[in-house]
Amino acid sequence: MSSRALVFIIPIIVIAIFWMMARREARRKPDPTRKGFFERNGVVLGTVFVLLVGFWTLFLVALPYLYMVVESFHPALPPMKRGGPDDVLTTAQYASFLVNPINDSINWLHMGALLFSIIASIAVTALNFAICYPLAYYMAQAGTAQKVRLLMLGLIVPYWVNEILRAFSLRLLLASKGLINQALMGLGITDAPIDFLGNNTGLYVGLSYAYLLVMMFPLYNAIESLDKNQVEAARDLGAPWWRIHWDVVIPYAKPGIASGCTMVFMLSVGSLAAPQFLGGPRTLWFTAVIYDFFFQSFNWPRGAAYAFIMLVVCIALVLGMLRLFKVSLGEAIR
Amino acid sequence: MSAGVELDHVTVRFGDFTAVDNATLDIRGGEFFSFLGPSGCGKTTILRTVSGFLEPSEGCVRIGGQDMVGIGPNKRPTALIFQNLALFPLMTVAENISYGLRVRGADRSARRKRADELLDLIALPGQGDKLVSELSGGQKQRVAIARALAVEPKVLLLDEPLSALDLKLRQHMRAELRSIQQKVGITFIYITHDQGEALTMSDRIAVMSDGVIQQVGDGKAVYDNPETAFVASFVGENNPFPGTVTRADQTYAVIETAFGPLRGRNPRGLRAGDQGILFVRPESARLGAGSADTTLTSTVTNVAFEGYMTHVYLKGAGKKEIIVTVGRQAAIDIPAPHSAAPINYDADLGLVLPEGMLARE
Ligand SMILES: Nc1ncnc2c1ncn2[C@@H]1O[C@H](COP(=O)(O)OP(=O)(O)OP(=O)(O)O)[C@@H](O)[C@H]1O
Ligand SMILES: [Mg+2]
Repeated sequence: MSSRALVFIIPIIVIAIFWMMARREARRKPDPTRKGFFERNGVVLGTVFVLLVGFWTLFLVALPYLYMVVESFHPALPPMKRGGPDDVLTTAQYASFLVNPINDSINWLHMGALLFSIIASIAVTALNFAICYPLAYYMAQAGTAQKVRLLMLGLIVPYWVNEILRAFSLRLLLASKGLINQALMGLGITDAPIDFLGNNTGLYVGLSYAYLLVMMFPLYNAIESLDKNQVEAARDLGAPWWRIHWDVVIPYAKPGIASGCTMVFMLSVGSLAAPQFLGGPRTLWFTAVIYDFFFQSFNWPRGAAYAFIMLVVCIALVLGMLRLFKVSLGEAIR
Repeated sequence: MSAGVELDHVTVRFGDFTAVDNATLDIRGGEFFSFLGPSGCGKTTILRTVSGFLEPSEGCVRIGGQDMVGIGPNKRPTALIFQNLALFPLMTVAENISYGLRVRGADRSARRKRADELLDLIALPGQGDKLVSELSGGQKQRVAIARALAVEPKVLLLDEPLSALDLKLRQHMRAELRSIQQKVGITFIYITHDQGEALTMSDRIAVMSDGVIQQVGDGKAVYDNPETAFVASFVGENNPFPGTVTRADQTYAVIETAFGPLRGRNPRGLRAGDQGILFVRPESARLGAGSADTTLTSTVTNVAFEGYMTHVYLKGAGKKEIIVTVGRQAAIDIPAPHSAAPINYDADLGLVLPEGMLARE
């Protein structure tokens, strides 16, 4: 039996375990008023529900990922050899992230790409927070309803524009013969064009812009429910404006901040288009590496392994951060 | 240390709307001063102007003789207790109380010491490490007071701080507030729409309506000698009888009402021909006939026994409802409903005031 059959066996085992747990629970604490699922919905409707939900979770959620997990533990083989004697379970794909299998040297290139993607995404997250926090605070606490609506519209409408179009128009703005450089040179601020794309300014701007709303909404929601009187009470007790934010607003909005930062960070690390179109020529985003394994070298196992490495590292990082700032995961994904 | 507060022709406008109209007042240092008025009359607006969250559109506010123009709420020697308290939910009781000191850079031990002192003052000793959410309504109330007192303000501003409490607790907190004020000796400016609160706690009261200060005086003056129809009808119960003044001298005026000519005091010096309203308080009226110009004919409609007193509801000319309150002694022979019962009062207890807006019930 091929190890790939695991893909189908694992979900069935998981379902069986859950079912048994549910049975055991029901037997230990019987609730006579509770009707069974099929009793409540009828056999026909009940069966349809089970099949639909089962199809959804199995085929659309569980199987693709599971397939990828299993794939990542296999060697990359031409189609004829799949399932043959060479098709064994191996961790070689994960090891190749650390040590390059071609020349047995440390794989600085890929590790560096992951590190760069993470650090740049942290920077993007921080930049987004710095932009969104004052805006969200203004909209939630200070602005009149009229102005807030206008601002909201101004923030949302640009997102109707397609991502690639947005990336390219930014490219046009920032290119060496682009609008901004021409303006700067026209005003005599610089003599030579500034290489905004080469020095990754474009990358940061593009990524921040792409996920601005993702930061905006959780922040706005969190700050909006803060009682204005709390802010005034702090002010009345003598707090300068920055202390009010530090002591009152930010602690209150912490779950929203955590939620926004987590999402922006995750989306930014995993983004593909913006780094490709706006990054400098020597900038290597980790998703581009993964993309190349899948679509250039057709090495799906290695691509899958890299994707999972990225996922696990990012999740660990996010959980560590949440721990550090004493936010529970439940609050952050609310 | 306490400081007086002067409002010098203060007007506050929101757009075209005038929330406070030309208020001039001199609140003395160490005084317990109340603003009393119905909802929406501009009480909170006045308080926010004193605390610095609003700037007057005209006029100026002086605290301790110093003009406060351009001085923000965090720089004024006032502390405000909010209508909903606005305690910080993520801080402990002690952190709440000492927040003002933390902002001023006091070290941990000094903050702790002051918080403990104040917890003793508000009778919550040793509860500093609790979370605010673990306190009862009355305890939260007291923590809010302690938090404001911690910064040693010269003036404490209280915006209906008892309105969220139930009746029993409210009465208890009245006494407590008053005793705290006497202990710390600073100026309290208290806002309420509850006349009982204002009358029992205050040294002086300003009665407000629609942004206008109608009268300033101690509780007795406001109750016994109201200067306007609004004050007469808002503070305590009152029976108004509108009409035209027919005869008047320095002391008394006779006013032609639906019940015929009636006599009362004339403190505002109305003259014959003026429109006026005669006010007779329920407890100043008696059942039975008296002299012709202080007697009204009416019919009993309802009797409400309330223990130490009894309210008699009557209907007179023009279906006008009149209330007479009689004490234990006189409650023995109240006529049955639907029987005719004349009412009389002492002319000195009837009050003829110029026509004006009455308080809505
Ligand atoms: N920021 C504002 N903008 C516009 N109008 C306002 C504003 N604040 C208050 N008002 C208006 O001013 C008037 C007085 O308001 P204020 O809050 O001072 O009333 P209040 O006497 O405290 O009433 P309450 O007893 O209900 O608290 C109200 O009619 C209110 O609608
Ligand atoms: Mg108010």
